Amino acid sequence: MASNVILKVEDIHKRYGREEVLRGVSFSLFKGETKVIIGPSGTGKSTLLRCINRLTPPDRGRVWLDGVEVSHPKTNINKIRAAIGFVFQDFNLFTHLNALDNVRLGLLKIKRLDKKKATEIAMMELERVGLAEKAKAYPAELSGGQQQRVSIARALAMDPKVILFDEPTSALDPELIGEVLEVMTDLARAGMTMVVVSHEMGFARSVADEIIFMEGGVIVEQGSPEQLFTNPRQKRTGEFLRKITELYGEAS
Amino acid sequence: MPQLVFKWEWLPKLAQGLTLTAEITATCIAIGIVLGLILALGRVYGRHIFYWLASAYVQFFRGTPLLVQLLMVYYGLPSWGISLSPFISGILAMGLNTAAYQAEYFRGAIQSIKAGQMLAARSIGLSRSQAIRYVILPQALRLVIPPWSNELIYMLKYSSIVYMVTVMDLMGVARVIAARNFRFFEVFIITALIYLALVLIISWLLRLLERRVKIPGLGAER
Repeated sequence: MASNVILKVEDIHKRYGREEVLRGVSFSLFKGETKVIIGPSGTGKSTLLRCINRLTPPDRGRVWLDGVEVSHPKTNINKIRAAIGFVFQDFNLFTHLNALDNVRLGLLKIKRLDKKKATEIAMMELERVGLAEKAKAYPAELSGGQQQRVSIARALAMDPKVILFDEPTSALDPELIGEVLEVMTDLARAGMTMVVVSHEMGFARSVADEIIFMEGGVIVEQGSPEQLFTNPRQKRTGEFLRKITELYGEAS
Repeated sequence: MPQLVFKWEWLPKLAQGLTLTAEITATCIAIGIVLGLILALGRVYGRHIFYWLASAYVQFFRGTPLLVQLLMVYYGLPSWGISLSPFISGILAMGLNTAAYQAEYFRGAIQSIKAGQMLAARSIGLSRSQAIRYVILPQALRLVIPPWSNELIYMLKYSSIVYMVTVMDLMGVARVIAARNFRFFEVFIITALIYLALVLIISWLLRLLERRVKIPGLGAER
């Protein structure tokens, strides 16, 4: 089973000024697994994701992707990042490029594919998120939900070993959340390996293989959705889940 | 009211001066773009020595009069064994000067690009320089056109100071004609109108460029 571990995070610490945002976080992710990270805001969930691909370098701790140590100073971080998809809360599509060029940029400049092949792959990924007909549209011409789907296609195009989602629906109008969750659900079912920071409990419950509950910079509890929702070991987990379910509802 | 006198024979001479003015402006603007971009990148992304060198350069050239810089190049450099022609001195002084101003316009535009753009570029595996080249600069250079057009217009007009080192640009020619004919008002009003016409043409071209490279869906139509 250990050979199936695709991502290993070990004892991550991160401090901003006097505040220690992450105080030793460790977890492993198996190939094809979907983990959902939940927890109150300011608890270090987004920082944790950014520490994994070193968009934010951790103060301490180590990360391995498929046997390669991401955190090693000699590791080519650009190469590693190309293998880790990252989906941002506010999409961050390249504003000067249309949808197709957003998805194609990494294929052309990093994978150095020829234009024909890159276009083929990019169109396939846009098709996968249901936006092939918007290939020529610029980000400012797309709805938030469409922008987020393009950004998922951009991550997929690089054929990543894992995709990290940083609150992918929390900047969206409520009526646009569904289309993004649907794409993510399809991905999870198709066997994509994913770490999702989200408060969409419906999604977590139906798609997550495991839920991690974080608070105060540490993992309070982790387990199957079934266990956390019906029989949490920690009192705090139950309280948080009740509160969040009231707030966001269960359906999605 | 005094009687105004215009002579057609002035025009070919003014046109010659105008050619020189255009050459000087175009060359020093080109120097300024290249050097200004390097300085701006140094100021935004450079560390330690690069940041300090770029900053010191910008402060020096923005903090001292262009005329002093020009006179230093033309009259000062020969005492170091470097003698440059008036034309080259003019281009060099103005190019070095406008680079500092352009650097600040470029820096402002680069820094106005949202941080998420760089993060997203790095997250797909682009190196920092690739991210700057393919993501940051294409956006920043579009944004910089309106403020930058001020600098271009400014340089066109202030290239007239090269007459101080005997270059016969539009202003230099105008002074000679005016003095010889004793027709200062007439010659200078023509000269002013020529500058104005050039400025209007350049503004119009830059607005055209701005519209042409506009990102669809962003900003209001004008």
